[in-house]
Amino acid sequence: MKASLTVMKESVAAGMNPDTRSVSGLTGGDAYKMQQAVDAKRNICGKVFGNALAKGLAVSETNACMGRIVAAPTAGSCGIIPATLLTIAEDRDIDDDSLTMGLITASGIGMVIANKATLAGAEGGCQAECGAASAMAAAAITEICGGTPQMAAHACAIAIKNILGLVCDPVAGLVEIPCIKRNAMGAANALTAAELALAGIASAIPADEAILAMKKVGDTMSPALRETADGGLAATPTGIKLHKQVFGK
Amino acid sequence: MLEIFDIIGPVMIGPSSSHTAGAVRIGKYARSILGSKPIEAEIRFCGSFAKTYRGHGTDKAIIAGILGMDTDGNRIKNSFTVAKEEGLSYTFVTCEIDNVHPNTAEIVLKGDAGNNVLVRGSSIGGGNIIITKINETTVSINGKSTTLIIPHRDVPGMIAFVTNVLADKGVNIHGFSLSRDRKGGTAVMTIELDGDTDATINDAIMKNPDIISSTILNAI
Repeated sequence: MKASLTVMKESVAAGMNPDTRSVSGLTGGDAYKMQQAVDAKRNICGKVFGNALAKGLAVSETNACMGRIVAAPTAGSCGIIPATLLTIAEDRDIDDDSLTMGLITASGIGMVIANKATLAGAEGGCQAECGAASAMAAAAITEICGGTPQMAAHACAIAIKNILGLVCDPVAGLVEIPCIKRNAMGAANALTAAELALAGIASAIPADEAILAMKKVGDTMSPALRETADGGLAATPTGIKLHKQVFGK
Repeated sequence: MLEIFDIIGPVMIGPSSSHTAGAVRIGKYARSILGSKPIEAEIRFCGSFAKTYRGHGTDKAIIAGILGMDTDGNRIKNSFTVAKEEGLSYTFVTCEIDNVHPNTAEIVLKGDAGNNVLVRGSSIGGGNIIITKINETTVSINGKSTTLIIPHRDVPGMIAFVTNVLADKGVNIHGFSLSRDRKGGTAVMTIELDGDTDATINDAIMKNPDIISSTILNAI
Protein backbone atom coordinates (compact mmCIF):
# COMPACT_ATOMS: atom_id res chain seq x y z
CA MET A 1 0.00 0.00 0.00
CA LYS A 2 2.93 2.31 0.75
CA ALA A 3 4.39 1.56 -2.68
CA SER A 4 1.05 2.57 -4.21
CA LEU A 5 1.22 5.85 -2.30
CA THR A 6 4.64 6.56 -3.82
CA VAL A 7 3.39 5.91 -7.36
CA MET A 8 0.36 8.14 -6.64
CA LYS A 9 2.69 11.03 -5.74
CA GLU A 10 4.79 10.45 -8.87
CA SER A 11 1.69 10.37 -11.07
CA VAL A 12 0.56 13.76 -9.69
CA ALA A 13 3.97 15.26 -10.43
CA ALA A 14 4.09 13.77 -13.95
CA GLY A 15 0.67 15.21 -14.81
CA MET A 16 1.53 18.77 -13.75
CA ASN A 17 3.76 19.26 -16.79
CA PRO A 18 2.31 21.97 -19.10
CA ASP A 19 3.19 19.86 -22.15
CA THR A 20 1.30 16.65 -21.25
CA ARG A 21 -0.52 15.36 -24.29
CA SER A 22 -2.48 12.11 -24.60
CA VAL A 23 -1.59 9.56 -27.27
CA SER A 24 -4.72 10.54 -29.21
CA GLY A 25 -3.83 14.24 -28.95
CA LEU A 26 -7.31 15.07 -27.65
CA THR A 27 -6.37 16.07 -24.11
CA GLY A 28 -3.56 17.35 -21.89
CA GLY A 29 -2.25 20.39 -20.07
CA ASP A 30 -5.39 21.07 -18.01
CA ALA A 31 -3.88 20.12 -14.64
CA TYR A 32 -1.17 22.71 -15.23
CA LYS A 33 -3.79 25.40 -16.02
CA MET A 34 -5.76 24.60 -12.87
CA GLN A 35 -2.65 24.64 -10.70
CA GLN A 36 -1.60 27.99 -12.20
CA ALA A 37 -4.99 29.43 -11.26
CA VAL A 38 -4.69 28.14 -7.68
CA ASP A 39 -1.11 29.35 -7.28
CA ALA A 40 -2.12 32.82 -8.52
CA LYS A 41 -5.13 32.73 -6.14
CA ARG A 42 -7.43 33.20 -9.13
CA ASN A 43 -9.69 30.26 -8.23
CA ILE A 44 -12.92 30.87 -6.35
CA CYS A 45 -13.13 28.00 -3.83
CA GLY A 46 -9.82 28.27 -2.03
CA LYS A 47 -6.56 26.41 -2.00
CA VAL A 48 -7.63 22.97 -0.78
CA PHE A 49 -10.45 22.66 -3.29
CA GLY A 50 -8.37 24.01 -6.18
CA ASN A 51 -5.40 21.80 -5.38
CA ALA A 52 -7.64 18.73 -5.25
CA LEU A 53 -9.09 19.57 -8.67
CA ALA A 54 -5.62 20.13 -10.15
CA LYS A 55 -4.26 16.86 -8.75
CA GLY A 56 -7.30 14.92 -9.96
CA LEU A 57 -6.72 16.26 -13.48
CA ALA A 58 -2.97 15.59 -13.23
CA VAL A 59 -3.21 11.89 -12.39
CA SER A 60 -5.93 11.34 -14.95
CA GLU A 61 -3.85 13.10 -17.64
CA THR A 62 -0.84 10.94 -16.75
CA ASN A 63 -3.08 7.93 -17.30
CA ALA A 64 -4.27 9.16 -20.69
CA CYS A 65 -0.63 9.58 -21.76
CA MET A 66 0.01 5.86 -21.09
CA GLY A 67 2.00 6.91 -18.02
CA ARG A 68 2.32 4.96 -14.78
CA ILE A 69 -0.57 5.24 -12.30
CA VAL A 70 -2.24 3.26 -9.53
CA ALA A 71 -5.71 1.96 -10.40
CA ALA A 72 -7.80 3.36 -7.54
CA PRO A 73 -10.02 1.46 -7.90
CA THR A 74 -9.76 1.67 -11.71
CA ALA A 75 -7.56 3.60 -14.13
CA GLY A 76 -10.52 5.65 -15.37
CA SER A 77 -11.04 6.91 -11.82
CA CYS A 78 -7.37 6.91 -10.77
CA GLY A 79 -7.16 10.63 -9.94
CA ILE A 80 -9.78 10.94 -7.22
CA ILE A 81 -8.18 9.15 -4.26
CA PRO A 82 -4.66 10.59 -4.75
CA ALA A 83 -6.06 14.08 -5.42
CA THR A 84 -8.09 14.26 -2.23
CA LEU A 85 -5.79 12.38 0.13
CA LEU A 86 -2.58 14.10 -0.98
CA THR A 87 -4.25 17.54 -0.89
CA ILE A 88 -5.56 17.00 2.64
CA ALA A 89 -2.15 15.61 3.67
CA GLU A 90 -0.38 18.76 2.39
CA ASP A 91 -2.87 21.06 4.02
CA ARG A 92 -2.81 19.32 7.40
CA ASP A 93 0.74 17.99 7.42
CA ILE A 94 -0.36 14.36 7.59
CA ASP A 95 2.39 11.73 7.44
CA ASP A 96 2.63 8.79 5.03
CA ASP A 97 1.69 6.20 7.67
CA SER A 98 -1.65 7.92 8.31
CA LEU A 99 -2.20 8.28 4.57
CA THR A 100 -1.50 4.57 4.15
CA MET A 101 -4.16 3.80 6.75
CA GLY A 102 -6.46 6.09 4.78
CA LEU A 103 -5.80 3.99 1.68
CA ILE A 104 -6.75 0.88 3.65
CA THR A 105 -10.03 2.50 4.72
CA ALA A 106 -10.66 3.45 1.09
CA SER A 107 -9.91 -0.12 0.04
CA GLY A 108 -12.33 -1.49 2.63
CA ILE A 109 -15.14 0.60 1.15
CA GLY A 110 -14.03 -0.39 -2.36
CA MET A 111 -14.08 -4.06 -1.40
CA VAL A 112 -17.70 -3.81 -0.25
CA ILE A 113 -18.68 -2.02 -3.47
CA ALA A 114 -16.81 -4.58 -5.61
CA ASN A 115 -18.49 -7.51 -3.91
CA LYS A 116 -22.00 -6.05 -3.59
CA ALA A 117 -22.05 -4.10 -6.85
CA THR A 118 -19.20 -3.58 -9.33
CA LEU A 119 -16.19 -1.38 -10.06
CA ALA A 120 -16.37 -1.75 -13.86
CA GLY A 121 -17.79 1.02 -16.04
CA ALA A 122 -18.74 -1.67 -18.56
CA GLU A 123 -21.07 -3.18 -15.95
CA GLY A 124 -22.25 -0.22 -13.87
CA GLY A 125 -21.41 2.98 -15.75
CA CYS A 126 -19.27 5.83 -14.39
CA GLN A 127 -21.08 5.66 -11.05
CA ALA A 128 -19.21 2.37 -10.52
CA GLU A 129 -15.81 3.94 -11.28
CA CYS A 130 -15.74 7.65 -10.35
CA GLY A 131 -18.65 6.97 -7.97
CA ALA A 132 -16.81 4.20 -6.16
CA ALA A 133 -13.57 6.21 -6.10
CA SER A 134 -15.28 9.25 -4.59
CA ALA A 135 -17.07 7.11 -1.99
CA MET A 136 -13.75 5.47 -1.08
CA ALA A 137 -11.98 8.85 -0.94
CA ALA A 138 -14.79 10.43 1.08
CA ALA A 139 -14.58 7.71 3.76
CA ALA A 140 -10.78 7.91 3.86
CA ILE A 141 -10.69 11.72 4.22
CA THR A 142 -13.34 11.55 6.92
CA GLU A 143 -11.22 9.10 8.88
CA ILE A 144 -7.97 11.03 8.35
CA CYS A 145 -9.65 14.22 9.54
CA GLY A 146 -10.77 12.58 12.77
CA GLY A 147 -14.24 11.32 11.87
CA THR A 148 -15.69 8.16 13.39
CA PRO A 149 -16.23 4.96 11.36
CA GLN A 150 -19.96 5.82 11.29
CA MET A 151 -19.15 9.24 9.82
CA ALA A 152 -16.93 7.55 7.22
CA ALA A 153 -19.82 5.28 6.24
CA HIS A 154 -22.13 8.31 5.95
CA ALA A 155 -19.52 10.03 3.76
CA CYS A 156 -19.42 6.92 1.52
CA ALA A 157 -23.22 6.87 1.27
CA ILE A 158 -23.46 10.60 0.50
CA ALA A 159 -20.83 10.38 -2.24
CA ILE A 160 -22.63 7.48 -3.94
CA LYS A 161 -26.01 9.18 -3.65
CA ASN A 162 -24.63 12.29 -5.32
CA ILE A 163 -23.26 10.43 -8.33
CA LEU A 164 -25.96 7.76 -8.74
CA GLY A 165 -26.87 7.14 -12.35
CA LEU A 166 -23.78 8.64 -13.95
CA VAL A 167 -23.18 6.94 -17.29
CA CYS A 168 -19.90 5.80 -18.85
CA ASP A 169 -19.79 7.44 -22.27
CA PRO A 170 -16.17 7.90 -23.32
CA VAL A 171 -15.70 9.84 -26.55
CA ALA A 172 -14.02 7.57 -29.11
CA GLY A 173 -13.85 4.93 -26.38
CA LEU A 174 -10.85 6.71 -24.89
CA VAL A 175 -10.34 7.29 -21.17
CA GLU A 176 -10.09 11.03 -21.77
CA ILE A 177 -13.35 12.87 -22.53
CA PRO A 178 -15.19 13.18 -20.15
CA CYS A 179 -13.13 10.96 -17.82
CA ILE A 180 -10.36 13.45 -16.99
CA LYS A 181 -12.74 16.20 -15.85
CA ARG A 182 -14.90 13.64 -14.05
CA ASN A 183 -11.86 12.90 -11.92
CA ALA A 184 -11.86 16.55 -10.83
CA MET A 185 -15.61 16.25 -10.19
CA GLY A 186 -15.05 13.02 -8.22
CA ALA A 187 -12.54 14.81 -6.01
CA ALA A 188 -15.08 17.60 -5.43
CA ASN A 189 -17.78 15.04 -4.67
CA ALA A 190 -15.51 13.29 -2.15
CA LEU A 191 -14.67 16.57 -0.42
CA THR A 192 -18.37 17.52 -0.34
CA ALA A 193 -19.39 14.19 1.18
CA ALA A 194 -16.57 14.27 3.74
CA GLU A 195 -17.36 17.87 4.73
CA LEU A 196 -21.02 17.00 5.32
CA ALA A 197 -20.20 13.84 7.27
CA LEU A 198 -17.57 15.60 9.41
CA ALA A 199 -20.14 18.28 10.22
CA GLY A 200 -22.24 15.51 11.74
CA ILE A 201 -24.70 15.21 8.88
CA ALA A 202 -26.03 11.68 8.41
CA SER A 203 -27.10 10.02 5.19
CA ALA A 204 -30.76 9.01 5.43
CA ILE A 205 -30.00 6.01 3.21
CA PRO A 206 -27.33 3.75 4.76
CA ALA A 207 -24.13 3.07 2.82
CA ASP A 208 -24.97 -0.60 2.15
CA GLU A 209 -28.31 0.33 0.62
CA ALA A 210 -26.79 3.13 -1.45
CA ILE A 211 -24.27 0.63 -2.84
CA LEU A 212 -27.02 -1.85 -3.74
CA ALA A 213 -29.02 0.95 -5.35
CA MET A 214 -25.95 1.77 -7.44
CA LYS A 215 -25.80 -1.84 -8.62
CA LYS A 216 -29.50 -1.89 -9.52
CA VAL A 217 -29.21 1.39 -11.41
CA GLY A 218 -26.22 -0.04 -13.30
CA ASP A 219 -28.18 -3.19 -14.17
CA THR A 220 -30.94 -1.11 -15.76
CA MET A 221 -28.55 1.05 -17.79
CA SER A 222 -28.58 0.59 -21.53
CA PRO A 223 -25.40 -1.04 -22.87
CA ALA A 224 -24.95 2.16 -24.92
CA LEU A 225 -24.20 3.92 -21.62
CA ARG A 226 -21.78 1.36 -20.24
CA GLU A 227 -18.37 2.06 -21.78
CA THR A 228 -19.32 1.01 -25.32
CA ALA A 229 -18.91 4.57 -26.63
CA ASP A 230 -22.35 4.26 -28.30
CA GLY A 231 -24.28 6.79 -26.19
CA GLY A 232 -24.15 9.92 -24.05
CA LEU A 233 -21.33 12.35 -24.87
CA ALA A 234 -19.71 9.81 -27.22
CA ALA A 235 -22.80 10.02 -29.46
CA THR A 236 -22.93 13.83 -29.63
CA PRO A 237 -22.00 15.48 -32.95
CA THR A 238 -18.72 16.70 -31.46
CA GLY A 239 -18.07 13.32 -29.85
CA ILE A 240 -18.51 11.62 -33.21
CA LYS A 241 -16.34 14.24 -34.93
CA LEU A 242 -13.53 13.68 -32.41
CA HIS A 243 -13.82 9.94 -32.93
CA LYS A 244 -13.31 10.46 -36.65
CA GLN A 245 -10.43 12.84 -35.99
CA VAL A 246 -8.62 10.16 -33.96
CA PHE A 247 -9.45 7.05 -35.96
CA GLY A 248 -10.15 8.49 -39.40
CA LYS A 249 -13.53 6.76 -39.82
CA MET B 1 -14.81 -12.41 -3.78
CA LEU B 2 -12.32 -9.56 -3.99
CA GLU B 3 -10.15 -8.85 -0.96
CA ILE B 4 -8.94 -5.57 0.54
CA PHE B 5 -5.56 -5.58 -1.24
CA ASP B 6 -7.24 -6.23 -4.61
CA ILE B 7 -8.93 -2.82 -4.67
CA ILE B 8 -6.19 -0.18 -4.86
CA GLY B 9 -3.79 -1.23 -7.59
CA PRO B 10 -2.36 -2.56 -9.69
CA VAL B 11 0.34 -0.04 -10.46
CA MET B 12 -0.12 0.08 -14.18
CA ILE B 13 0.42 1.85 -17.44
CA GLY B 14 -2.81 3.64 -18.46
CA PRO B 15 -5.30 4.31 -19.73
CA SER B 16 -7.81 1.65 -18.53
CA SER B 17 -7.60 -0.93 -15.73
CA SER B 18 -10.12 -3.22 -17.39
CA HIS B 19 -9.14 -2.55 -21.01
CA THR B 20 -5.37 -2.17 -20.56
CA ALA B 21 -4.12 -3.78 -17.29
CA GLY B 22 -6.66 -6.62 -17.34
CA ALA B 23 -5.86 -7.28 -20.99
CA VAL B 24 -2.11 -7.47 -20.22
CA ARG B 25 -2.85 -10.05 -17.54
CA ILE B 26 -5.11 -12.17 -19.78
CA GLY B 27 -2.38 -12.16 -22.45
CA LYS B 28 0.31 -13.03 -19.94
CA TYR B 29 -1.73 -15.90 -18.54
CA ALA B 30 -2.37 -17.26 -22.02
CA ARG B 31 1.39 -17.29 -22.61
CA SER B 32 2.02 -19.23 -19.42
CA ILE B 33 -0.71 -21.76 -20.32
CA LEU B 34 0.92 -22.21 -23.73
CA GLY B 35 4.18 -22.98 -21.95
CA SER B 36 6.44 -22.13 -24.89
CA LYS B 37 7.45 -19.03 -26.83
CA PRO B 38 4.42 -17.77 -28.77
CA ILE B 39 4.98 -17.23 -32.49
CA GLU B 40 1.40 -16.69 -33.69
CA ALA B 41 -1.57 -15.14 -31.94
CA GLU B 42 -5.18 -14.70 -32.98
CA ILE B 43 -7.07 -12.41 -30.64
CA ARG B 44 -10.86 -12.35 -30.66
CA PHE B 45 -12.39 -9.35 -28.89
CA CYS B 46 -16.01 -9.50 -27.66
CA GLY B 47 -18.45 -6.99 -26.15
CA SER B 48 -16.94 -3.71 -24.96
CA PHE B 49 -13.49 -4.98 -25.93
CA ALA B 50 -14.70 -5.37 -29.53
CA LYS B 51 -16.12 -1.83 -29.62
CA THR B 52 -13.29 0.08 -27.98
CA TYR B 53 -10.09 -1.95 -28.14
CA ARG B 54 -8.25 0.50 -30.39
CA GLY B 55 -9.07 3.53 -28.25
CA HIS B 56 -8.01 1.92 -24.98
CA GLY B 57 -4.89 0.31 -26.36
CA THR B 58 -6.38 -3.11 -25.48
CA ASP B 59 -4.70 -4.50 -28.61
CA LYS B 60 -1.26 -3.24 -27.53
CA ALA B 61 -1.91 -4.43 -23.97
CA ILE B 62 -2.91 -7.98 -24.84
CA ILE B 63 0.11 -8.36 -27.16
CA ALA B 64 2.32 -6.96 -24.36
CA GLY B 65 0.94 -9.66 -22.05
CA ILE B 66 1.51 -12.39 -24.64
CA LEU B 67 5.10 -11.13 -24.84
CA GLY B 68 5.35 -11.63 -21.07
CA MET B 69 5.22 -7.98 -19.95
CA ASP B 70 3.71 -6.88 -16.63
CA THR B 71 0.92 -4.33 -16.20
CA ASP B 72 3.43 -1.60 -15.27
CA GLY B 73 5.84 -2.34 -18.13
CA ASN B 74 7.10 0.79 -19.83
CA ARG B 75 7.15 -0.96 -23.23
CA ILE B 76 3.40 -1.72 -23.37
CA LYS B 77 2.94 1.36 -25.54
CA ASN B 78 5.40 -0.11 -28.07
CA SER B 79 4.37 -3.77 -27.84
CA PHE B 80 3.72 -4.08 -31.59
CA THR B 81 7.36 -3.17 -32.26
CA VAL B 82 8.54 -5.59 -29.57
CA ALA B 83 6.37 -8.32 -31.16
CA LYS B 84 8.18 -7.79 -34.45
CA GLU B 85 11.56 -8.05 -32.69
CA GLU B 86 10.52 -11.27 -30.96
CA GLY B 87 9.00 -12.91 -34.04
CA LEU B 88 5.37 -12.89 -32.89
CA SER B 89 2.77 -12.40 -35.63
CA TYR B 90 -0.78 -11.51 -34.62
CA THR B 91 -4.28 -10.80 -35.92
CA PHE B 92 -7.27 -9.17 -34.26
CA VAL B 93 -10.89 -10.07 -34.94
CA THR B 94 -14.11 -9.07 -33.23
CA CYS B 95 -16.88 -11.49 -32.38
CA GLU B 96 -19.87 -12.03 -30.10
CA ILE B 97 -20.03 -14.88 -27.60
CA ASP B 98 -23.28 -15.51 -25.70
CA ASN B 99 -23.42 -15.14 -21.92
CA VAL B 100 -19.94 -13.84 -21.28
CA HIS B 101 -18.73 -10.77 -19.37
CA PRO B 102 -18.72 -7.60 -21.53
CA ASN B 103 -14.90 -7.42 -21.46
CA THR B 104 -13.94 -10.78 -22.88
CA ALA B 105 -11.15 -11.91 -25.16
CA GLU B 106 -10.25 -15.26 -26.65
CA ILE B 107 -6.62 -15.85 -27.51
CA VAL B 108 -5.43 -18.64 -29.77
CA LEU B 109 -1.68 -19.04 -29.44
CA LYS B 110 0.77 -21.14 -31.39
CA GLY B 111 4.12 -21.80 -29.71
CA ASP B 112 7.56 -22.43 -31.15
CA ALA B 113 7.25 -26.01 -29.83
CA GLY B 114 4.41 -26.50 -32.36
CA ASN B 115 1.68 -26.58 -29.71
CA ASN B 116 -1.56 -24.54 -29.71
CA VAL B 117 -3.84 -23.31 -26.98
CA LEU B 118 -7.12 -21.41 -26.80
CA VAL B 119 -7.66 -19.27 -23.71
CA ARG B 120 -10.79 -17.27 -22.94
CA GLY B 121 -10.52 -14.59 -20.27
CA SER B 122 -12.62 -11.72 -18.95
CA SER B 123 -11.42 -8.49 -17.41
CA ILE B 124 -13.80 -7.96 -14.50
CA GLY B 125 -12.75 -4.49 -13.32
CA GLY B 126 -9.80 -2.91 -11.55
CA GLY B 127 -7.33 -5.07 -13.48
CA ASN B 128 -8.75 -8.31 -12.07
CA ILE B 129 -9.36 -11.17 -14.49
CA ILE B 130 -11.04 -14.55 -14.72
CA ILE B 131 -9.89 -17.22 -17.16
CA THR B 132 -13.07 -19.10 -18.07
CA LYS B 133 -11.99 -21.51 -20.79
CA ILE B 134 -8.82 -23.36 -21.77
CA ASN B 135 -9.23 -25.22 -25.06
CA GLU B 136 -12.57 -27.03 -24.66
CA THR B 137 -12.50 -27.04 -20.86
CA THR B 138 -14.53 -24.67 -18.72
CA VAL B 139 -12.44 -23.31 -15.85
CA SER B 140 -12.55 -20.44 -13.37
CA ILE B 141 -9.08 -19.15 -12.57
CA ASN B 142 -8.30 -15.68 -11.24
CA GLY B 143 -4.54 -15.99 -11.59
CA LYS B 144 -3.88 -14.85 -8.03
CA SER B 145 -2.62 -18.22 -6.78
CA THR B 146 -0.39 -20.91 -8.17
CA THR B 147 -2.77 -23.11 -10.17
CA LEU B 148 -2.37 -26.68 -11.33
CA ILE B 149 -4.26 -27.81 -14.41
CA ILE B 150 -4.42 -31.57 -14.80
CA PRO B 151 -6.31 -33.23 -17.64
CA HIS B 152 -6.73 -36.95 -16.92
CA ARG B 153 -8.82 -39.99 -17.81
CA ASP B 154 -12.16 -40.08 -16.01
CA VAL B 155 -11.43 -43.15 -13.87
CA PRO B 156 -11.73 -43.72 -10.09
CA GLY B 157 -9.01 -42.60 -7.69
CA MET B 158 -7.55 -39.70 -9.67
CA ILE B 159 -8.42 -36.96 -7.19
CA ALA B 160 -7.11 -39.06 -4.31
CA PHE B 161 -3.89 -39.71 -6.20
CA VAL B 162 -3.21 -36.07 -7.01
CA THR B 163 -4.19 -34.69 -3.61
CA ASN B 164 -1.96 -37.30 -1.94
CA VAL B 165 0.99 -36.10 -4.01
CA LEU B 166 0.25 -32.55 -2.89
CA ALA B 167 -0.16 -33.65 0.74
CA ASP B 168 3.21 -35.46 0.62
CA LYS B 169 4.83 -32.26 -0.67
CA GLY B 170 3.22 -30.26 2.13
CA VAL B 171 1.26 -28.06 -0.27
CA ASN B 172 -2.06 -26.57 0.87
CA ILE B 173 -5.02 -26.64 -1.53
CA HIS B 174 -7.44 -23.72 -1.26
CA GLY B 175 -9.51 -24.20 -4.38
CA PHE B 176 -10.50 -27.27 -6.36
CA SER B 177 -12.75 -27.85 -9.34
CA LEU B 178 -13.34 -30.76 -11.66
CA SER B 179 -15.09 -31.03 -14.98
CA ARG B 180 -15.31 -33.72 -17.67
CA ASP B 181 -16.45 -33.93 -21.27
CA ARG B 182 -18.34 -37.25 -20.76
CA LYS B 183 -18.43 -40.25 -18.44
CA GLY B 184 -15.22 -42.19 -18.87
CA GLY B 185 -13.78 -39.51 -21.16
CA THR B 186 -11.33 -36.73 -20.33
CA ALA B 187 -11.68 -34.81 -17.08
CA VAL B 188 -9.75 -31.76 -15.90
CA MET B 189 -8.81 -30.86 -12.34
CA THR B 190 -8.09 -27.21 -11.60
CA ILE B 191 -6.36 -26.87 -8.24
CA GLU B 192 -5.43 -23.58 -6.56
CA LEU B 193 -2.52 -23.72 -4.14
CA ASP B 194 -1.10 -21.51 -1.40
CA GLY B 195 2.41 -20.20 -2.00
CA ASP B 196 4.84 -21.10 -4.74
CA THR B 197 5.51 -24.63 -5.84
CA ASP B 198 8.21 -26.41 -7.79
CA ALA B 199 8.23 -28.47 -10.96
CA THR B 200 8.95 -31.74 -9.14
CA ILE B 201 5.23 -31.82 -8.32
CA ASN B 202 4.52 -32.25 -12.02
CA ASP B 203 6.95 -35.17 -12.23
CA ALA B 204 5.30 -36.89 -9.28
CA ILE B 205 1.81 -36.38 -10.70
CA MET B 206 2.83 -37.55 -14.17
CA LYS B 207 3.87 -40.96 -12.74
CA ASN B 208 0.22 -42.03 -12.91
CA PRO B 209 -0.49 -43.31 -16.45
CA ASP B 210 -4.07 -41.99 -16.37
CA ILE B 211 -2.80 -38.41 -16.04
CA ILE B 212 -2.62 -36.78 -19.48
CA SER B 213 -0.61 -33.74 -18.45
CA SER B 214 0.12 -31.50 -15.50
CA THR B 215 0.77 -27.78 -15.83
CA ILE B 216 1.77 -25.37 -13.08
CA LEU B 217 0.66 -21.79 -13.69
CA ASN B 218 2.29 -19.23 -11.47
CA ALA B 219 0.26 -16.38 -10.03
CA ILE B 220 0.33 -13.21 -12.13
